[in-house]
Amino acid sequence: MDRAATSARIAGLIEPFNKKGVEIIDETRFTDDLEFDSLTVMDFVAAIEDEFDIIISMNQQAEIETYGQLVDAVIKLKG
Amino acid sequence: MTQAVNQPDQPPQREGGEPDLFSKFDDLIAMRAGLLASGVEDPFGLVMERVLSPTVAVCNGRETILLGTYNYMGMTFDPDVIEAGKLALNDFGSGTTGSRVLNGTYAGHKAVEEALCDFYGTRHAMVFSTGYQANLGIISTIAAKGDYIVLDIDSHASIWDGCRMGDAEVVPFKHNDLEAMEKRLRRIPEGAGKLVVLEGVYSMLGDIAPLKEMIAVARKYGAMVLVDEAHSMGFIGENGRGVAEDQGCLDDVDFVIGTFSKSVGTVGGFCVSNHPKFEILRLVCRPYVFTASLPPSVVATAATSIRKLMHAGNKRAHLRENSRRLHGELKAAGFQLGTEEPQSAIISVIMPDLERGAAMWEALLHEGLYVNLARPPATPANMTLLRCSLCAEHTGEQVGQIVGMFKNAGKATGII
Repeated sequence: MDRAATSARIAGLIEPFNKKGVEIIDETRFTDDLEFDSLTVMDFVAAIEDEFDIIISMNQQAEIETYGQLVDAVIKLKG
Repeated sequence: MTQAVNQPDQPPQREGGEPDLFSKFDDLIAMRAGLLASGVEDPFGLVMERVLSPTVAVCNGRETILLGTYNYMGMTFDPDVIEAGKLALNDFGSGTTGSRVLNGTYAGHKAVEEALCDFYGTRHAMVFSTGYQANLGIISTIAAKGDYIVLDIDSHASIWDGCRMGDAEVVPFKHNDLEAMEKRLRRIPEGAGKLVVLEGVYSMLGDIAPLKEMIAVARKYGAMVLVDEAHSMGFIGENGRGVAEDQGCLDDVDFVIGTFSKSVGTVGGFCVSNHPKFEILRLVCRPYVFTASLPPSVVATAATSIRKLMHAGNKRAHLRENSRRLHGELKAAGFQLGTEEPQSAIISVIMPDLERGAAMWEALLHEGLYVNLARPPATPANMTLLRCSLCAEHTGEQVGQIVGMFKNAGKATGII
């Protein structure tokens, strides 16, 4: 899967959750920079899962702290 | 003798303000201090000085109606139950001092498991020392590395902890959302073991799950199904077996988890099942093996209570009537409730925020009423709730008093 294309799709999905309009780069952190709480995480993960038809288990979510790590994880899960 | 033995085992003295392991609790400490500084009584430090009945205790020297105990069927002061406990205490002593798989299985432990098999109509029953350990033990043991657990996001802490301990892949779905559950089951890799974990009644809002539909979907994808019926035992379903029985899908449930600390009126937890290999769990389930078994008096009271709950039709009807009436009258008084219609014996009153919730809780206590104050993170959607659980022993007069107290406190604190 093309990283740039995947990144663009995920960036589009973040939009409604990015209330403060934080600039999204690979290093952007979900908890510290985007201030996602657990409810937001659940809705956001569900949106990503539906878009790419994948499962991101909570065990995998624990390893994902930044936007870049999420893009890499989605590419890996998509195979 | 090594040098280390003679050295005092003391952590280095820390300079003031240096973070230590407790710094992670600072936010919670500050929140609690802020709440208490406003002058309200500590909602999490109440002491029951005397307990007069399943529905009345003395708190701060004042007689208080209990509306937050989960003592749904009022069995804690049942004369037969108490007599059974006294006999067992006399005949078998105060405790077993041992694990179920070593010296901790007495005749009473087998008798209470037989009572559970009779109550649920199952072949197997396994009793744990608490309900928390039942979920912790069963879930962590049957779903291991490489397996998938699909569970409702509003599941009880004991379910989440069981998931974490077992190392399976944990996949939550939106509360009671059938479609979200099916999507996740569909995406699980072929050949992986699957466990779906649901609750009959969700204890925060008192709402019930659409178990019939959800279990049918779980079956379609070849998943095993575990249902926690802690908040329905004894009064939901024709035989009091819970929401799955009420919805006609109990036969499709692989494991029912339950507790003795609610309708049964003592302490302990259990799992009942018809799985042909179920008994092996007694040897591999760590929260079952590595802890002392329940005291003889506790299993004797539980067995007596469970057998009485099999024939408690009148009590069930009265509990349902109490729940319907309280729900209707609180709603009419202008309170916002967790469910539109009463679905269980839990009625949750939604508070605007923690501060006003704590003020309302305290005002109720001063009126002479105890309810549970529930706050994030235990609550869904970060709500603050005043959670009421009714008892079959609440009289019609008490329910009337309760409504009056809610109105007074609600007006005094500006909630209504």
